[in-house]
Amino acid sequence: MLENSVNQNMKVSFQNEDNKDLAGLYINFAKPGSLISDVSLTIKEGRRSVKSLQRSEKIMKILSTILLYVIIVFLALIVVFPFYWMIITSLKSNDEIRASTQTFFPTVVMWENYIEVFRTFDFTTYMVNTIVVAIFSTLGTLITTIFAAFAFARLNFAGKNSLFMVFLATMMIPGEMMVISNYITVASFGWVGLDADLMDAYLAMIVPFWVSVFYIYLLRENFRQIPNELYLASKVDGKSDWNFLWKVMVPLASPTLISITILKFMGTWNSYVWPNLVANKSEFRLISNGLRSSSFTDIEGNPLYGYQMAATVIVTVPLFLLFVFFRKYIMKGVGRAGIKG
Amino acid sequence: MDNSNIEVNKFEKLESKILINNQKLESKETSSLNDKQIKALEVENEYLKNIIETNKTLDKEKEEYVDSLKDDFNVVVVSRRNKDYVYNYNGLKNVKDDDAKNNWKAWLYLAPVLVLMAVFLIYPLIDTFFISFMKDYNYVLRTYNGFTLDNYGFILGLTEINGGYEHRVIDYAIPNTLIICFITVPVSIIIALLISVGLNSLKWFQKILQTIFFLPYVTNTIAVGMVFAVIFDRNGVINWIFGLDKDWIKGAARWDAMLPLCIYIVWSSLPFKILVFLSGLQGIDKQYYQAAQIDATPKYKVLTRITVPLLSPQILYIMITSFIGGFKEYSSIVGMFNNPGTADGDYSLYTVVYYVYDRMKDNKVHYAAAAAVLLFLLILLFTALQFAVSKRRVHY
Repeated sequence: MLENSVNQNMKVSFQNEDNKDLAGLYINFAKPGSLISDVSLTIKEGRRSVKSLQRSEKIMKILSTILLYVIIVFLALIVVFPFYWMIITSLKSNDEIRASTQTFFPTVVMWENYIEVFRTFDFTTYMVNTIVVAIFSTLGTLITTIFAAFAFARLNFAGKNSLFMVFLATMMIPGEMMVISNYITVASFGWVGLDADLMDAYLAMIVPFWVSVFYIYLLRENFRQIPNELYLASKVDGKSDWNFLWKVMVPLASPTLISITILKFMGTWNSYVWPNLVANKSEFRLISNGLRSSSFTDIEGNPLYGYQMAATVIVTVPLFLLFVFFRKYIMKGVGRAGIKG
Repeated sequence: MDNSNIEVNKFEKLESKILINNQKLESKETSSLNDKQIKALEVENEYLKNIIETNKTLDKEKEEYVDSLKDDFNVVVVSRRNKDYVYNYNGLKNVKDDDAKNNWKAWLYLAPVLVLMAVFLIYPLIDTFFISFMKDYNYVLRTYNGFTLDNYGFILGLTEINGGYEHRVIDYAIPNTLIICFITVPVSIIIALLISVGLNSLKWFQKILQTIFFLPYVTNTIAVGMVFAVIFDRNGVINWIFGLDKDWIKGAARWDAMLPLCIYIVWSSLPFKILVFLSGLQGIDKQYYQAAQIDATPKYKVLTRITVPLLSPQILYIMITSFIGGFKEYSSIVGMFNNPGTADGDYSLYTVVYYVYDRMKDNKVHYAAAAAVLLFLLILLFTALQFAVSKRRVHY
């Protein structure tokens, strides 16, 4: 029976702990305290028992897990290395940065770099500009997004689906197609130019970014998940669409709205191209433009990397703080982009 | 469908109660029921019959009312409290509410988006297209000398304008853009795929490591570009680790500068890809892997035969978005190099987008527009190609 059902190389035998074959022995199973405790069933495959095969498989599994962890951790270290290097370089003296032997920790911690950067780099102005632009472009985007997503998710009108397809199709168009003409448009509004003041520059940096098709798509998906019964119930209670939107849908979709807010804020913090075009005075600049256009060089024109890196740390830290506090919302918002394919 | 059935079920309890009462009444001689009890049973039966009757007439009324509406809708929901509110199955239409009323309401909700899109998206799109054909366009005065194809001819190095040929697009911008795309997109997709498969199989610290790999997403492109410039400096840490004495950034040869640039682009594009792949991997049914395990399938085969095909929608999505991203590479070059010049020429790090912005700054908006339209066409072509090629290979 056994020989038929298992591999031909397999042999079933009774052995005691010294591997002595007990095949010929008479074992009295009925009698307590007999040989039974010394006997184990061993199944062999080739020369090795399955038990030892299982053991080696287990060892291989542990080894490969360790190897996997080593590789992943190594790659993670490579990924965070630029951040580490940014921080330690910002704390090094210029001589140490240029030395032929690189050090992985500053021999003398130069906090002076930061003091110097705060003195020369107009951080406060750039920061205020960035925050003002971020707040107002986020608010505008939220309002337009909520309205449009509500119309697409709840209301009925002729050509709804085809209009939404047109919206989605615009996501494929590279922004560069619009930048040229938008620049001319905002210039004709008087928002850019020699006599443009800070308010004009703000408007030029805020208004063109009040629409985001991607966020409309994201919020519409979320609105559609809100059960129909809620809408019917509120209708029966005599609530208007407007009330339903603000009292029921917006609170229920608040996680998505938080994601949108943070992503939009990060987008403004990182925006470089458009502000670089429209903010033609240094006091209008946003943080990225301020960073790139500030020169950290000594009299001979050699770059002062210590100062430069201190400035980049100052620019990066607020983003990291945002990430620490809102990690869940950021990763969810970004990740949602891929789920639907 | 089977309304009578529902009716029976609805009153089943009440009717059975009546039956039991009747049985009790019939056997009143044999049992020891007194007059009071018999009276009570009779009253109860009367009462129950009344309830059933009333309900049935009410239901009939409602059915008739719903039937009268059935010409318009398949399924009708009637509010119990207020018969003014009747909804069709989709729950979207209020019958009393005029369709048209809701229609203009919807357009009102869409108005802000539509106005902004018209001004800052649709109009510029058409405008840019026209500008790209305008001769000597002046954006301040909005004047031009008729329409021409010369803008395209000029940027492609075919037409001579003002005694000069433009060679920077053909020599630098287009080749650089294509090289960046064809190096960084496959490399970053493969690395991201391997990392996410690795991450997905981890038991401990998965969340922490996932967060670490996401970190590059939360950065300022300009700021980290400057960090990479420091890392790849002649006296920087890369040269020191590998014992090299080479210029990568300042005064580097064109192809030497391309390497750190591509590394930076891959580094900064990894987090988004890993996030998308991981969410895709977590959606794959575990049964496939269990089946492979029973068959003792080697690991690389599990990857190529199960994981990659099941992840193909995400891979296609990532491929298309990162090709588009690659075509628009600009900020990373500004962040790292600050100007497009290398030892091999002042514009040797131009990309198409870099060219567009530089021409805008020179007030040569018509050339910028022509280059932008060219970029748009390139992106359209590559996206269409990817869709066509992937049609057979992507499993939805």
